[in-house]
Amino acid sequence: MRAVTKRRTWLYFIPYGLWLALFVVAPVALIIYQSFFDLGHHFTLGNYSTYFQSATYLKMTLNSVWYAFLITLFTGLISYPTAYFLHQLKHRQFWLLLVILPTWINILLKAYAFIGIFSQAGLANQFLTFIGIGPQQILFTNASFIFVATYIQIPFMILPIYNSIDDLNPAFVNASRDLGASNWQTFRRVIFPLTLPGVKAGVQAVFIPSLSLFMLTRLIGGNKVITLGTAIEEHFLTTMNWGMGSTIGVILIVAMIIVMTLTGDKKPKGGAPR
Amino acid sequence: MSKKLANAYLILVFAVLYAPIVFLIVYSFSQGETMTNYHGFTWRHYQTLFSDARMLAIVANTLLVALLSSLIATLIGTWGALGINRTTKRVTRESLLTLNNVLMVSPDVIIGASFLIFFTMLKIPLGFGSVLMSHIAFEIPIVVLMVLPRLREMSSSMLDAAEDLGATTRQLLTQVIVPFISPGIFAGFFMALTYSLDDFAVTFFVTGNGFSTLSVEIYSRARQGINLEINALSGVMFLFSLLLVGGYYWIQQASQKRKHRKREVAS
Amino acid sequence: MKRLLSLIIGLLAVCGLLAYTSQSLEKSSGSTGSKVLNLYNWGDYIDPNLLTKFQRETGYHVNVETFDSNEAMYTKINQGGTHYDLAVPSEYMVSKMKRAHLLQPLDKSRLTGWGNFDQQFLNQSFDRGNRYSMPYFWGTLGIVYNDKMVKASEVQHWDDLWSPKFRDKIMLIDSARDIMGMSLVTLHKSMNTTDPQTLLAAEKRLNTLAPNVKAVVADEIKMYMIQDEAPLAVDWSGEAAEMLAGNSHLHYVVPREGSNLWFDNLVIPKTAQHYNAIYAFLNFMSEPKNAAQNAEYIGYATPNKKAKALLPKSVRDDQEFYPDQKTVDHLQVYRDLAPNIVELYNDRYLEFKMHH
Repeated sequence: MRAVTKRRTWLYFIPYGLWLALFVVAPVALIIYQSFFDLGHHFTLGNYSTYFQSATYLKMTLNSVWYAFLITLFTGLISYPTAYFLHQLKHRQFWLLLVILPTWINILLKAYAFIGIFSQAGLANQFLTFIGIGPQQILFTNASFIFVATYIQIPFMILPIYNSIDDLNPAFVNASRDLGASNWQTFRRVIFPLTLPGVKAGVQAVFIPSLSLFMLTRLIGGNKVITLGTAIEEHFLTTMNWGMGSTIGVILIVAMIIVMTLTGDKKPKGGAPR
Repeated sequence: MSKKLANAYLILVFAVLYAPIVFLIVYSFSQGETMTNYHGFTWRHYQTLFSDARMLAIVANTLLVALLSSLIATLIGTWGALGINRTTKRVTRESLLTLNNVLMVSPDVIIGASFLIFFTMLKIPLGFGSVLMSHIAFEIPIVVLMVLPRLREMSSSMLDAAEDLGATTRQLLTQVIVPFISPGIFAGFFMALTYSLDDFAVTFFVTGNGFSTLSVEIYSRARQGINLEINALSGVMFLFSLLLVGGYYWIQQASQKRKHRKREVAS
Repeated sequence: MKRLLSLIIGLLAVCGLLAYTSQSLEKSSGSTGSKVLNLYNWGDYIDPNLLTKFQRETGYHVNVETFDSNEAMYTKINQGGTHYDLAVPSEYMVSKMKRAHLLQPLDKSRLTGWGNFDQQFLNQSFDRGNRYSMPYFWGTLGIVYNDKMVKASEVQHWDDLWSPKFRDKIMLIDSARDIMGMSLVTLHKSMNTTDPQTLLAAEKRLNTLAPNVKAVVADEIKMYMIQDEAPLAVDWSGEAAEMLAGNSHLHYVVPREGSNLWFDNLVIPKTAQHYNAIYAFLNFMSEPKNAAQNAEYIGYATPNKKAKALLPKSVRDDQEFYPDQKTVDHLQVYRDLAPNIVELYNDRYLEFKMHH
């Protein structure tokens, strides 16, 4: 029986492998190829040396990683309890769908709505005035940028976490309680470790795209935050220097590999409940 | 007490999630032309919308691409996740996952530009087909990411037991594995839908010959300021999807209750 | 599993329905068949009523496809696979496309409305003799201010923006060429300079403006200005027109010492197929009545002299959007610079953005 299933493994890979070859390997090869050419279409290593020698690009990279980290952190902090509490509700699948629904509205429109809400005369400032703090500059601050980016990413984090909580075998939780563990201990020792795969999937779905955010940096951040996404956008669409743009693309892919390795699943240790 | 706290927290999260959408819908009834300064109630933008055949055709196109591509991407992605889960070597699995995630990390402009080069090189005409293929392409990784954790949770002892009981591979797949991972599959489908509806850059590059989607239309209109007709459209689409989701859930609940009752009677 | 299958079938049915709907909607608006014209335009950059009128008069149906930046449009046309009959690039992009052999010359003998255009907007450096392009709209770069917070006399020149009283009050349009160009004008240099040292000086000059810069934004600048988010902005006249329409306290100034003069133009890309439709459309759009109607709908300045005469007097005499001859004489048109120079402009500009 085992032998039969083994032999058939490759069958699974036909459509998926075809996709990988056509839409992943081919474009990546193209990107790497392009990263070795300058504006005059001559072969060069110059793009990479420019990248690694320029303080501007290095600063931009640090910026991107830092903001992506913050966005992922806040998204995680908000999403975990949300997923957890959602799971306790009676019509939880319905509520979960309601979490996804806002993502179907175009992101540009939502950004415009946030501009309206956060502006000088907007709702947020009216509220601040009402509670006596008085109007503040909200737009074009790092805080508002992180807020909106977090807003956009929350559903992508809630979903995998919710799924992993859903998978959690209640027997483990009950056993832990029966053994006299407090709620907090149960959470820290049993629930959280068991839902970690969901958290990891969420981090991958949020952190990686956050590295290359570009539109929100301008719309909400007023270009006070410059990320690698901004630079790529500029190289592809303004200077049309596809070589340099591809170089940054390659660097993003490398960064992704690093993130994947860090969050990838290690071999389960001896005592893991499985 | 903690129950109340949990509910308060959820209410807050939902309030924030829906605030911009409520804002958009409120302005779709404003007599002004932009999302600034509310000018009093009107249905005008909805009238414009429903008499705009080009816009309605674009909406139909957008939904068609979104649903069809998500469906196909979910099928391929689930299949792929099953495959990845079956690889025994850690190196193979990690490299597959890395390749899987490349499209998620690459900014849309890069993906769009390379797909465009790719399609024109293969002489694939630009239009519905190329847009559909591209959407499927960038949706697959998120489906895999959503399905895989669920597969990992599946204990091998369960599979072994099923096999020992004489289940064929096919039975194993349709009666054990797929039902178990179906929440992941649904999550993947919905995320794929989200990606498709949100995408601008990739669609822009690979479309042609008169085919357009909503995002492309919205972005290219931004230079002239976003028309409230677009707000009205969002309002309609939002209400429609709300009804759809609610209706689907209600039907599902009803059928589950029926099943439940049957089972109670039977036992 | 059964449920899953029925869901899949249900979805496929919905897809079929959608395909049918979109087909019939497109047929009802007549976009299939041979009497068509494929126009590649900025979003919402033509009065839709004119398209209906054009179809009524000539029988050609116009398929509009839209783009959101010159460069994106260039990539699409350059790569092929499309069949656009007409496109609407800005002036520097006309020369770039010309150099890349992406354009076809206009057959002047088939154009009937050429005499309607104002001579001073023809024969520009980007396309001498207008061999390839017909002007569509033109405009300038200038300062938008809110009279509730800023007096007119305080912002007549670019240098005024550097005043310490405007700390954190200015919004800049996110465009390397324009912002670097503004800085170059204050240094009394050409907006088309190719000298790296001059560009470095322009960046240094911009860095001193940084404390006054509230944000560097793009299309959404209109929304911000209309909402009184900032008292000052540097933006194009077309955008300014929209803002002024939305907030009566806003005004637009083109500094007399110099600014940019830009053009959007109709061109025939290499991919064109329907020549009769193209010339019918070009002639239709250069008819004074139609050009005037379009200018009123879009709110930009028309290069069509006879069309301008048909516009309401208040628009015609508007110094803000149809500046006097003296100002126009000081305006500079962007030349298509070599790619490495464009890169230099962008690098310096990026440094400035990182600086603030």
